[in-house]
Formats: sequence, structure tokens, C-alpha cells
Amino acid sequence: MAAPSRDFTAPTVQLLTPEGDLRPTPEAEEYLPLVEALPDAALEQFYRDMVISRRVDVTGANLQRQGQLALWVPSHGQEAAQVGSARAARPQDHIFPSYREHIVGMIRGLDPVAILKLFRGATLGGWTPEENGNFHLYTLVLASQTLHATGYAMGLQFDGATATGDPEADAAVLVYYGDGSTSQGDANEALVFASSYNTPQVFFVQNNQWAISVPVSRQSRSPLSLRGGGFGMPGIRVDGNDVLASYAVTRRALEEARAGEGPSFIEAVTYRMGAHTTADDPTKYRTDDEVAYWTARDPIVRFRTWLEGRGASAEYFDRVDEEAADVAAGVRTRALDVTAPPRSDIFAHVYAESHPLVEAQAAWLEEYENSFEGDQA
Amino acid sequence: MTVETIADASAAAPELRGVHTLSMAKAINAGLREAMRNDPKVLLMGEDIGPLGGVFRVTEGLVAEFGERRVLDSPLAESGIVGTAIGMAMRGYRPVLEIQFDGFIFPAFDQITTQLARMNLRHDGGMPMPVVIRVPYGGHIGSIEHHQESPEAYFAHTPGLRVVSPSSPHDAYWMIQEAIASNDPVLFFEPKSRYWPKGPVDHDHAGLPLHASRVVRRGDDVTVVGHGAMIATLLQAADIAAEEGRSLEVVDLRSISPIDFGPIVDSVQRTGRLIVAQEAYGFVSVGSEIAATVAERAFYSLEAPVLRVSSFDTPFPPAALETEYLPSADRVLEAVDRSLSY
Repeated sequence: MAAPSRDFTAPTVQLLTPEGDLRPTPEAEEYLPLVEALPDAALEQFYRDMVISRRVDVTGANLQRQGQLALWVPSHGQEAAQVGSARAARPQDHIFPSYREHIVGMIRGLDPVAILKLFRGATLGGWTPEENGNFHLYTLVLASQTLHATGYAMGLQFDGATATGDPEADAAVLVYYGDGSTSQGDANEALVFASSYNTPQVFFVQNNQWAISVPVSRQSRSPLSLRGGGFGMPGIRVDGNDVLASYAVTRRALEEARAGEGPSFIEAVTYRMGAHTTADDPTKYRTDDEVAYWTARDPIVRFRTWLEGRGASAEYFDRVDEEAADVAAGVRTRALDVTAPPRSDIFAHVYAESHPLVEAQAAWLEEYENSFEGDQA
Repeated sequence: MTVETIADASAAAPELRGVHTLSMAKAINAGLREAMRNDPKVLLMGEDIGPLGGVFRVTEGLVAEFGERRVLDSPLAESGIVGTAIGMAMRGYRPVLEIQFDGFIFPAFDQITTQLARMNLRHDGGMPMPVVIRVPYGGHIGSIEHHQESPEAYFAHTPGLRVVSPSSPHDAYWMIQEAIASNDPVLFFEPKSRYWPKGPVDHDHAGLPLHASRVVRRGDDVTVVGHGAMIATLLQAADIAAEEGRSLEVVDLRSISPIDFGPIVDSVQRTGRLIVAQEAYGFVSVGSEIAATVAERAFYSLEAPVLRVSSFDTPFPPAALETEYLPSADRVLEAVDRSLSY
């Protein structure tokens, strides 16, 4: 039986049209001053971030095809949502990613080789959050990190590290997940806890239209942004292929969070141009027309068109391309140098304190492996 | 009345010194209070643990002394409780969580096994998770479905977790504090049928470390091992056996992960016979693990096969049948007879 026809809509915050014109939608008007206050250097940084993101992403995908990575999670198409939101965060903020936010980590100071190390099977983690701009580890069990983020935000409140009125010190938490993850219980429990404890937190959902092969319509009959209101917080729908709009709505929501006004829910509407992972084949479930529609909405082309209209030089764009190529080449070289960790890593840190079973097994494996020494000689 | 006025009205409980007679519920309450006084990073979270004091009143009076910031009545969502506690631990807190009943821990199973247990490993040792999850567990209270389960083996099977269960008020008082002091996550299983019987608690001397097993009754003929509420049953069985001229040595595991096998193996080397008793299902259980390990370490000492006395491998039945379902002193003695017949 066909479901009854019901009309759910939500307005979308968009500043740049797909053609690259600065023409805010009515919902976006209030954000215009935030964007107009951005210096040219910040705008150029957005562009540079997006171009580097795409080049590093291609590098990751190629390394996987060449058998150098077990898996790669492409971010192609989602650059504006990721760069805009990440650039809206302050250094003291904490970021809890899903597993696709490579450029967000890089913006926070993470060497992307750390991410490739994870996908190369050399680590279960890869980096230290406090040494990498408070960019926490990737989480592979969908939406688990939404609760960690909420608990962390509660801890900020307990510590008085937020809502003091000092914008240089007050911290907030920004958590990333996707349209598929919104169906998980944890994602919903996190919204309940965040709302209940009024946490300094922004939920940033990249709705890239597909959870592997399942369309977002299977996750939600209505725009995801409407979920915010149901949990007692603002729900904002933004054009996630518009870096200016993504920046502006995240910046506003983070400022409110740091000021003690509570959490927000942002749905960034974007598109996963590539496969879910390199193990996926999107030609089996989506049409060429759909891909063409989103290609015409490419976040980098749109922003470049606008920058060109503002007078950015061809030389600037060439320079960025060159820099991105250099970054990607360096990542590739260093990723190939990542080797297997020592076998003691199997046992180290399973427990923080002494554990007789694990210690006995570590000693046994060492003795066992050493017993073969000389056999191959 | 606001929490502040409750706090004003209630003089802080005096510091506990010397030996007092307490129920296990009161002993855990005292242990929690002590830990919270000693470390401002310790906080409690769970369902109904604030003004109500928890459905078993284990946290009674704590919100009055420490306030709502340290005793959090959470939304009704177990995964949310554990998941947010992970975030708090990342921030340097030491959350002590209450799962209301054994059978309600499973919504949190994913956060416990895939996140909490592995967080420190994933961070190369840089993110210890000092989180305690208190779980009232086990039968003998005549309650409805999901309120009398013994799920400890699921957690003992998970690397990265520690699992303990006290059998006496004294151990409960000290073990809860030691669990809170641990930098690893600890599942703290509280045998709810033992919440109310009273026993001596020495507030000055802890005795054994958290993961040590203990011989609680000396004997020569058969070693019987258990944990939690089963210790009371084993001691009862030992009394009856003594009347029949048989001497049982009773070992209280106290810790289920890791298991301190030393006292068990020592005992078996003297008695030559071992029976493992547990309220949980016997198949793939803590008892199975002990049987396998003792076979490996004390094979030449064994005069008889290691026997297990467990509940049946069926869901916990309607409470009207629980006395036939749960291992009793008589069922333990039946196993003693079988062991001695070899």
C-alpha cells in the first residue's frame, strides 16, 4: 500500500547559488553579516581547504585501488559542508568526527597520514586528540560518537569551561555524523541527553543522500532538520555544498552553544559523489541523472566562480592547485612508508593497569615467535 | 523542596571508622560516599538514583550531600548513560553508573563492548576509562522477567573490561572504592539477594586487593568455587556437608575478570576435587572457564572431573519456579556426592 501523501518541507539556508552568485535565500539573510565580515584571506583559506581535501581524497582512493590501503572512505562532494563547519570552530572546541571528515582533521592540524595509517591496518586509532586540535578519533560504529560528544560537552559544563562569557575560553563540542546514522538509537539518545542537560554542542549531520546503497528517504520521511525541534533544540537545514552557508550556520550555532544557550542540530544537504567506501559500487543503486544533478552543484566550482567574480586571479587558483598536488604527493609517499606495528601492540594498552591474562599471553607469544628464530635462515 | 534545601537540611554523614554492622546496600552506599568525598571527579549517573536513591536505595542520601551536579538522574536510556559517561571520562571524570536491573543492561551492550572496553587501546594508552558500571544482578527475589538475570559472562568475555562481584558487605564497601580507583572500566555486579543481610564492615582495613580470590572456609574433601550470592549457598552446603562428615573448602572468586586462579589451584591440589557453582547459565560460562583452566593447571591433582552446578540453559523462568531453577545447597551437595564417587 502506498503511504499517504504528506508534505514535509524545511527551508534551506543558502547564500551562494549553484551558479556561484551571492543571493541569500530568505532564511539566509540573517547570516549575511557573518559572511560579509570575513576577510579575503579567510575566503581563500576555504577554497584552499576544499581543493586540498579533494586531492588528498583522490590519493586515498588510488592507494586503496593499488592495494596499499584496506579501505578508503571518500569525501568527494562534501568539501563545503566539512570545510565550512570546521572553519567555524575555535581552537578550544572539541570535534568528534565520524570517519569521513578527513579535511576537518587536517584543518585542526592532523597529518592525514595518521588517517591513512588507520585504513592501512597499522593502528586502531592513529592520533592523539589533544595534540591535534582536539580532533577526536574516528568512530566506526555508527553514531557511537554522538554520545561521547554529549558526555564530553557535559564535562565542559561541570568544569566551568563554557558559558563564562569569555569567547576566547568558552568551549563547545561539534559532532559529525551522517544521514544513515540518524536512525541509530545512540544518535537519538544523544539528542535527548544534550537537550536535557542543555549541553554546549552542535550536531552536524551531513546528509549525503545515501547510506551505502539506501537512500535518505528510508531513514526519514521528513527533512532531517525537523528532528532538532522534536528534541527541543533548533534544527537548521543548510545547503551543504555552499561553504559560506555551512560556515555561517555552524558558527552561529557554536557561538550559542559556548554562550550557554544550548545545543543545535544542523542538517547539511550535500552529496557523496563517490562510493560509500572503495568496497562499494554506486552504479548499482543510483542514476546518472542524479549524479549529473549534483555534479552541477559542485561545492568547489561554485565557490571558485564566486571568488573569480570578486577578482581572485588565475594565478591564485593555479597556486592552490600546485600546493594541493604537493600535499597529496607527500601524503602518498609517507603513507607508503607506514609499516606494521610491533606485535607487542596486540597486548599493550588493552588495560591501563596490570592484567595477568593479557600479560601471560604477551609473554607466550613472544617466546613462541622467538622459538622460530633461525628457522628461516 | 529543592535539592539545595535537602542538602542544607541533611548534616553530612560522619566519617566511618572502626567496624560496623551494615547491609551490603548500606555498605556500597558508604563506599560510594567515601569515594565521592575523596575525589571530586567521581560522579554518579543512572535512573532514579537521585531523590529516590535508586530502586534498591543504594544511592540514598547522596544527592543531598553532593548535589545534582555529582548525582545525576539520567534520561531513561542505558546506552545514553554509558555513552555519555565515556565522554565524561575523556574529560577526566570518574563516572559510576547504575544500571537499574541486570536484564536492562543490553541497550548499553554496544557502548560497553565496542567503545568503553577499547577506548584506551584505540588511543595507544592515552585515554584510560575509569568508569564503573554497577549492576544489581541475580535471582532469589521473586521478581518478573528481566529482573533476575546473571549476565556477567558476556562482559568477562570482552577484553578491556574488568568484572567483579562482592559476596559480603565488607567486600562490597571496599571493592566499590577499589573499582572506582581503577583506571580501567569495571563491571561491578551486586548480588541483589544479598543487599539486605547484614555483616561486619571494617572501615579501616580493606583486606584483599580487588582482583584476589579468597578461601572463605577451609576444608579438605572438595573445593567449591563461586561468586556473589552463590557464596551464601556454598557456605550453607558446607554446613550441611560438615554434619555428614564431609569437609568443603569454599573459594569466593570476588573477581570474574581477571580470575585469580592461585587460591583455586592451591585448593584443588589439596582436595583433588572441584565444583564450580553459579547462578548464570552453565553453557559457555565463568564455570566453564574455571573448569578448563584447572584442568590445564592441576590435571595430575584431580581425582574426579570438575563439575559445574549452574542454572539451566533456559531463560530465567517465572519466579514461582525460581527455587527449582537456581542452584541450591542441595544441588551443590548432589554434585559433591558425584565428585566423591570417583
